[in-house]
Amino acid sequence: MKEFSRLYQTLDQTTSTNAKVVAMVEYFKHAPPPDAAWAVYFLSGKRLKRLIGAAKLRQWLAECSDLPQWLVDDCYSSVGDLAETIALLIASATENTTQGSLSGQVDELRALSKLDETAQKNKVVQWWKSQGYASCFITNKLLTGGLRVGVSQLLLARAVAQHADLPRAVILHRLMGDWTPDESFWKTLISEDDGAADISRPYPFCLASPLEDEPQSLGEISDWVAEWKWDGIRSQLIRRDGQTFLWSRGEELITTRFPEIVTAAASLPDGTVLDGEVLPWNDHGVMPFNELQRRIGRKTIGKKLLTEVPCVFLAYDCMEAGGVDIREQPFKKRRTTLESIINAVRLVSSADCRLSLSECIDSPDWEALAEKRSESRQRLVEGLMLKQVSAPFHTGRNRGDYWKWKIDPYTVDAVMLYAQAGHGKRSNLYTDYTFGVWDGDTLVPIAKAYSGLDNKEISQLDKWIRKHTVERFGPVRSVTAEQVFELAFEGINLSTRHKSGIAVRFPRIARWRHDLAAKDADTLACVKQMISND
Amino acid sequence: MSSFQGSANPPLLQATRRGLDCAAGGFTIDPYRQTDVSVITHAHADHARKVANKYYAANSAVALLKKRLGDDINIQGVEFGEPFVLGNVTVSLHPAGHVLGSAQVRVEHNNEVWVFTGDFKRDYDPSCEAFEVVPCNTFITEATFALPVYRWQPGHEIAADIWQWWQSMQQANRPCVLFCYGLGKAQRVLSELTAFTDKQVYLHGAVNPLTDIYRNAGINMLPTVPIDLRDKKKLYDGELIIAPPGAGGSTWMRRFPDAATGFCSGWMRIRGNRRRRGYDRGFVLSDHADWDGLLRTIAETGASQVLTTHGQAGALIRLLTEQGINARELHTQYSGEGDEAEA
Repeated sequence: MKEFSRLYQTLDQTTSTNAKVVAMVEYFKHAPPPDAAWAVYFLSGKRLKRLIGAAKLRQWLAECSDLPQWLVDDCYSSVGDLAETIALLIASATENTTQGSLSGQVDELRALSKLDETAQKNKVVQWWKSQGYASCFITNKLLTGGLRVGVSQLLLARAVAQHADLPRAVILHRLMGDWTPDESFWKTLISEDDGAADISRPYPFCLASPLEDEPQSLGEISDWVAEWKWDGIRSQLIRRDGQTFLWSRGEELITTRFPEIVTAAASLPDGTVLDGEVLPWNDHGVMPFNELQRRIGRKTIGKKLLTEVPCVFLAYDCMEAGGVDIREQPFKKRRTTLESIINAVRLVSSADCRLSLSECIDSPDWEALAEKRSESRQRLVEGLMLKQVSAPFHTGRNRGDYWKWKIDPYTVDAVMLYAQAGHGKRSNLYTDYTFGVWDGDTLVPIAKAYSGLDNKEISQLDKWIRKHTVERFGPVRSVTAEQVFELAFEGINLSTRHKSGIAVRFPRIARWRHDLAAKDADTLACVKQMISND
Repeated sequence: MSSFQGSANPPLLQATRRGLDCAAGGFTIDPYRQTDVSVITHAHADHARKVANKYYAANSAVALLKKRLGDDINIQGVEFGEPFVLGNVTVSLHPAGHVLGSAQVRVEHNNEVWVFTGDFKRDYDPSCEAFEVVPCNTFITEATFALPVYRWQPGHEIAADIWQWWQSMQQANRPCVLFCYGLGKAQRVLSELTAFTDKQVYLHGAVNPLTDIYRNAGINMLPTVPIDLRDKKKLYDGELIIAPPGAGGSTWMRRFPDAATGFCSGWMRIRGNRRRRGYDRGFVLSDHADWDGLLRTIAETGASQVLTTHGQAGALIRLLTEQGINARELHTQYSGEGDEAEA
């Protein structure tokens, strides 16, 4: 535990990626395999199942720190991180030298589920009081969920690869999917040959970069394939050994949530892995994203929902065919393979096959393609994808071969109404804002936005918020309706859940309109107009 | 002492547009607008402005105030604990333990005693006079770090961390630039570090003259030398450089390529603050009272009324109110360890 908290501290205290890799390699060199496995698990952002709710932890914290509950809650809202608040309030002043291992601590944490509430509390409070700040913080982080430490999956893979003396892409692939962090996992992860790999394991996704220049800068259009950029769940469909697995880009196994796709995938030959998008799709074509939201987050899907929001897997690419990894082949060749696979499935399926192929958009030149792109909103897509014909299926984001050429977002001028302090890196700083537009002579909230300002603007705005607070509601402050911001967002829909009657998608701040006064902000009517223009 | 509550007298000290006004004494404490007579708690920019015709301050603060406000100010140095009369009130200054010459102001009128702390701390600091508890009816306190998550470790322990960091950078042959507020924090660090080494430290131009004043006052500190701006080729590998936070990210930093950076401030207690500023290391060293320091001091003064001047006072006021103390916030322009300023 001591070694792992030291690793965490080193990672937390440096901004240099090299120093982070060095620290991880050093840790892996000395860590016992079960500890190394758990370290990889946590560093890659995975978490233990949450055993004890935050409210309960705050209650225990108040009881054992002899502070009133409201003061503990005040501290939490100021610090913005419960694990840290607990460590700040009650960790022992000295680090306990006879601590167990990381895996030992994890075992104890998992054993909490077998205890009743009193026993759980005793156990947890005893950890709090006996551990020094660093270990107490880590234990709480594991207890409350994530351990975000500024290490990307790529950086973690680089460190493991360096330690194991293997290519990084191999490690990245082995870290995908579902695995149990134990001694044998770690040994397989760093071994020359990982033998019979888990059949559910997906490949790392290939990511595109936003196109900022004119498409002409990419050269001849004949070297590129254009497809629509769909707005659904980017996924990977795997068919191996007669079994089907559907993974989301967030590496979540979502197979059971899309039975219609599973049915269709049964006709895929064994040893097939496809990249694609899960989309809500009925007889009239693709449906708005908020329809898909009704199916996300539900483990079991009722018949009604299945009929109302039928989904489809729209295939983009093929990474494995006939059990062979074909990621290094040029895109054009993989595309041919993909077409033959999908066509074969559609031949043997019913008319309403839930597997389909992403269309390649033919255009004689970039101008004609730009013309096509202007149809994006009507087609309910986000723009175009451009793929270099000879590009391999990269691991992660590899600038140059895959571009997303999105349409310009909607924009609206809105007034800041509320502000709340952020979490983590932005704790103690007002960075989460709510904006409103005019509905008659009142301002109605239409969006929350967390990003889009630079650090200088954030701190300027933070000072302004503190000086112009009208009322406080717990951690939220209402502010004088004075500051106007241009908000950008990707989509807009009618909504019965929001006071304004609309819901916007991916709202963010485009710029701070110092030149506008509150009265110059847009009206709800003109925002609603955008829906009817679609 | 009679309690202020129920008395028909106007408050002895009042927050006005000018500062903390004492009508009965005809003076303003730490004024921010033009006034005639002022009493200054300490030389930090949010408390000492060039807006008065006459200044009273602790003897050991005079040189710092002249450095900050100019040699031409009309200033009267006062011995700690020596009462003097202004208008109808008796005034005395008492050490606040914040920086060299920092004072609490005690004001007595008609058997009623008010004390304004200015900024203060209870922790040991070898570079300034130690805080003294002054019993009073009304206690006006700063509340910069008024939450229980703010608890300080002793300064010498933090100095040991700084020394360890400096040593590791000596081994790595990298300069270490430590950002500290130029008046007070820098000299406190230089003084605490004498327990570990006698090595020379380089100073940013803004820190150097203030450090000289401390040295003239007899404060024991590491030897220092100002950075020679003309010598562009000099390497600072393994050296410690002390600079004000404002120098971070400026062109001045270019002379220290590959420098490790650290920041000394009470705000560094919170991880988010540390990460947001992008320093390699945050050292939790503050010249303000921590939560325990605030509560303990309020209790020791025996005050029945507590007013707060700046900081996040909401929780403190609620807690005191629950304990039956008459507590509320005064609106002033003092910023405490606000943001980048007096860290």
